Amino acid sequence: MLSYVLKRMLLILPVALGVSVVCFLLVHLSPGDPLTAILPTDASAETQAEMRKLYGFDQPLPVQFVLWLGRVLTGDLGTSIATGRPVAFEVGRAVVNSVILAAAATLIGFFFGSLFGFVAGYFRNSWIDKLASFLAVIGVSVPHYWLGMVLVIIFSVQLNLLPATGGGPNGSSDARSLDWDYLRFLILPAVTMSVIPMGIIARTLRALVAEILSQEFVQGLTAKGLLDRGVFAHVVKNAAPTAFAVMGLQLGYLLGGSILIETVFAWPGTGFLLNTAIFQRDLPLLQGTILVLAMFFVVLNLVVDVAQAAVDPRVKRS
Amino acid sequence: MVSLSPALPAVPTVVARSPGYWSGVFTRLSRDKLAMAALAILVLIVLMAILAPYLAPADPAKATMLRRLKPIGTPGYPLGGDELGRDMLSRLIYGSRLSLIMGVTPVPVAFVIGTILGVTAGYAGGFLNTVIMRTADVFFAFPSVLLAVALSGALGAGLLNAMVALTIVFIPPVTRIAEAVTTQVRSLDYVEAARTSGAGAAKIIRIHVLPNVLGPVFVYATSLISVSMILAAGLSFLGLGVRPPEAEWGLMLNTLRTAIYTQPMVAALPGIMIFITSISFNTLSDGLRSAMDVKA
Repeated sequence: MLSYVLKRMLLILPVALGVSVVCFLLVHLSPGDPLTAILPTDASAETQAEMRKLYGFDQPLPVQFVLWLGRVLTGDLGTSIATGRPVAFEVGRAVVNSVILAAAATLIGFFFGSLFGFVAGYFRNSWIDKLASFLAVIGVSVPHYWLGMVLVIIFSVQLNLLPATGGGPNGSSDARSLDWDYLRFLILPAVTMSVIPMGIIARTLRALVAEILSQEFVQGLTAKGLLDRGVFAHVVKNAAPTAFAVMGLQLGYLLGGSILIETVFAWPGTGFLLNTAIFQRDLPLLQGTILVLAMFFVVLNLVVDVAQAAVDPRVKRS
Repeated sequence: MVSLSPALPAVPTVVARSPGYWSGVFTRLSRDKLAMAALAILVLIVLMAILAPYLAPADPAKATMLRRLKPIGTPGYPLGGDELGRDMLSRLIYGSRLSLIMGVTPVPVAFVIGTILGVTAGYAGGFLNTVIMRTADVFFAFPSVLLAVALSGALGAGLLNAMVALTIVFIPPVTRIAEAVTTQVRSLDYVEAARTSGAGAAKIIRIHVLPNVLGPVFVYATSLISVSMILAAGLSFLGLGVRPPEAEWGLMLNTLRTAIYTQPMVAALPGIMIFITSISFNTLSDGLRSAMDVKA
């Protein structure tokens, strides 16, 4: 087991390096000078050169990359051009809010997704299966930013039950409280976001449960006289590792893909930060946020793999 | 698996294709009522895009401040007016043009580039395989929405940049499927036999590899169109795609966001169009998948 973990960790090093190269190059992909956002239009050539040197833009690209990577490894993601605060500080504050939102959405999606998926796979080709599969298709086809708007229209504008935007009362961005005052802000964005993992988990589980039920050992159990309830326990045991693996990865996708929903609900997370970074041309902030989110996803992949190998020894061999 | 963030695609197993395979696929697909309904809707949407100038009752760009945010059913404005008093029905009809171009185009482009890269990597093996596949791994390490937003954010807003960003997002999964199938086919006995009897690489790829690769990759690519439609409109919704005053469903959804308090039904209309298109593509792709019997 330990050797497997070490091997997987070694394997992600090149990926992590590649991810940092892509994040670094993003800034240099952008048209125009990264400094135009902060310099006044009539800045003299000397000022421009001075600023370029200050930000290290006068060095050749590979040198800039090595210097940048060195700083990143010590936790220095640079300074936000727009706010003047360290990028690590901005991202750290936002990432907590995004994790809360993504985790809530994953849990809701996992609960309903596995319910639909299990029922559909168990009663394959019945009307329940058709309904559950139909809901799953809707879940993966609906433009979730539009669904968010529709929920706001229903629950905020028409019924006036839940707040339309924001991360907490009085414009507070600190969503780290279990009070109803805070939780009510979480409900609409989390439910909107949960539709994606719900559809995916339902689809995966439906296929998985149907496959497990068609295997010989299940027939053997039934022949042996095991009741449906007993067979069900076997199916759950066999389906659980995959279901949890899909759930783990969904958390990462939701965290990285939350920008649309965070924009709809003005949720103070990383997606909102990215939006600000893009429209204020704050390239260090853009770079830092994307790097943190991508690295989180890389590590999450590793954790899911290792956890899966721990419960299912077959994974290690493949 | 179809999702906003395509996960690692499952590797399809190579199955022998009998001569009557494709006619069987079309027969099975034509018997799938749901898939045929989806196809009919898509044909209507495409016709709507092509015939937009003949169908639209008004000029989609003509703004009238006097008629802004009119409700659905206003005489002369069957689906109401938008935030600048433009005719919603005409804008939805015209919007299908940019929405379809922006949402669909990245998929065939990624299909071609990804297949070329994947087949090359799978057939050549060795160093070239390592370079292509490890690069694909790096792009896989980004959640797709994040990558699309990051790339189009860095490239700058615009229709073309958004399409380039989406294409880059879709190339790695296509490459991965094409590479996996090619690697499997390459070591099959009949391919070895063809090679020993003097067939060149080009011939083997044309006769043995491509017919096996194109099926699974094609099915996967059709499932991407729905994802691509949602993402493309999403980029416009964020202000990263099509720019005002053009008519595009994602952008219309964005500019009408403030109208949810006054004309909620009108504000929700562009999203319904995106939803119908996306669910139709998804249903058709599902039907194609079961008709082709691709397990992925």
